Amino acid sequence: MSDPITIIGGGIVGLCVATELTARGVPVRICEKADAPGPQACSWWAAGMLAPFCEGESAEEPVVRLGQEAADWWERQGVRVIRNGSLVVALGRDRRELARFSRRTDGHRHLDSNAIADIEPDLGGRFSEALAFDDEAHITPRAALAELWDGLVARDVEFTTEPPATGRIIDCRGLAAQDELKDLRGVKGEMVILRSNEVKLHRPVRLLHPRFPLYVVPRGDGVFMLGATQIESGERTRATVRSTLELLTAAFALHPAFGEAEILEIGVDARPAFPDNLPRIRRRGQRIFVNGMFRHGYLLAPAMARQVADLICDDIKPEMMDEDHGEW
Amino acid sequence: MPKFYGTEISSRLMLGTAQYPSPAILADAFKRSGAGIATVSVRREAGGEKAGNAFWDLIKDLNVAVLPNTAGCHSVREAVTTAHMARELFDTDWIKLEVIGHMDTLQPDPFGLVEAAKILCDDGFKVFPYTTEDLILGEKLLHAGCEVLMPWGAPIGSGLGLNNIYGLRSIRAQFPDVPMVIDAGLGLPSQAAAAMEMGFDAVLLNTAVAKAGDPALMAEGFAQAVVSGRMAYDADPMEPRDMAAPSTPVIGKAFLQ
Repeated sequence: MSDPITIIGGGIVGLCVATELTARGVPVRICEKADAPGPQACSWWAAGMLAPFCEGESAEEPVVRLGQEAADWWERQGVRVIRNGSLVVALGRDRRELARFSRRTDGHRHLDSNAIADIEPDLGGRFSEALAFDDEAHITPRAALAELWDGLVARDVEFTTEPPATGRIIDCRGLAAQDELKDLRGVKGEMVILRSNEVKLHRPVRLLHPRFPLYVVPRGDGVFMLGATQIESGERTRATVRSTLELLTAAFALHPAFGEAEILEIGVDARPAFPDNLPRIRRRGQRIFVNGMFRHGYLLAPAMARQVADLICDDIKPEMMDEDHGEW
Repeated sequence: MPKFYGTEISSRLMLGTAQYPSPAILADAFKRSGAGIATVSVRREAGGEKAGNAFWDLIKDLNVAVLPNTAGCHSVREAVTTAHMARELFDTDWIKLEVIGHMDTLQPDPFGLVEAAKILCDDGFKVFPYTTEDLILGEKLLHAGCEVLMPWGAPIGSGLGLNNIYGLRSIRAQFPDVPMVIDAGLGLPSQAAAAMEMGFDAVLLNTAVAKAGDPALMAEGFAQAVVSGRMAYDADPMEPRDMAAPSTPVIGKAFLQ
């Protein structure tokens, strides 16, 4: 192992793979056009919820299982992981959604109005029941990206803007890899960042609604992230009035004090996804693709990075590998 | 099988394509149900993107007829613009016309619906209007040039089933030769069977399948219900009566106890 492996892409997947390989003593370099984590990667816009059980409502089984590796992995990288669980609520007339959500997920307990007030005083009296997922966690995505980036720099990993001509490559380009991964598609998402000093939340809260499902993730210092729309389109720009209205309306319904919040940012990007919305590892010649995190970048990239490292270091075939034409 | 604008359909079950957990599960639902027509919302997904939307390519790969719809349009102009976009994108003159009149119930705006139907029919579109069970509205849509009607069962996504049995029977009887599809509001296969037993030509649903725990299984359940319901209609069911009618004569029975 003399020449470093080139990792293309400095988003969540590229940084996680680079971190995992570096930790195992495999020399890597990162090919990324930008000189710092930023909006060029869709992980910049993510929520940072580490909520494998909640995701199980609509995601396939591997998301729930592999996602459970995430919180510990992030903590090992020095990222602040807030292990306050998450909360799922529904407004009065959508309460049946809560029953459905509870049927389709594990790892939760039912809270009544008093129990809600105990853990989230600002939501006390606003909801008569909720589901608490105590084993879930959240992180601040931009801080996490910076932590990984800085950690790699500190370990003398080379960052370059020059794409490699030859050699072993791990392609972590996200949606840009559509040129080679024909079944990869974009799923547009819009998000809003707010500041409110009137509402305090200690954990991500999901508001179930048949038309506008919403989550609010507290970032600390009165900052909240609202997400996220999910639209079948590869468009990476143009947050619409409709989507923004939906997000803001749902936030207002969660707590009317959000009506006075300051809008700090409106973000939009497209998530890379395969047809079953599960991530994939594919090896073609000297190139390994790691892609298709869909809405689960922070949740699944650690497990995907582990599987890639297992493949490279120990020749263990990754669970999520669906194609292998390798002469690595 | 009934014909919509001269095209014979392959199944009386039509499925929407929104809200599935993933495109792969959507494809399973179509495969398992044998649904012959897929409705696709154009407005919401369109964005700035025209051709080349990967999701639309997945829909085209289902190998079923595509019925684009104007879901989420609240005005005549929006609906007409969306219909034109759909014609270009999917290379079809079929359009499911929705002009929504009420944010909460998503019920059709009857006045806007007729106006948009007229504009689109005159422009060569084959319009499938999402309408209520109202007879006069149905008549005006037919006069506007529609050759298919799609009365609702209940509000979109509500899963309430057939809300107004009398009204639906009435519209079926009023226009016996017009192909009619029960569109929206169905939550269970039994409700789809009931619609078919009443003589409707097909049913169209989305949420009931997409939001089921196992969408493909639910899709197959609906497919079987639709077949059963239609068989019952074709078989000319008995008339219900309010007293018992023993199928074996009682008088003269040899061992009456």
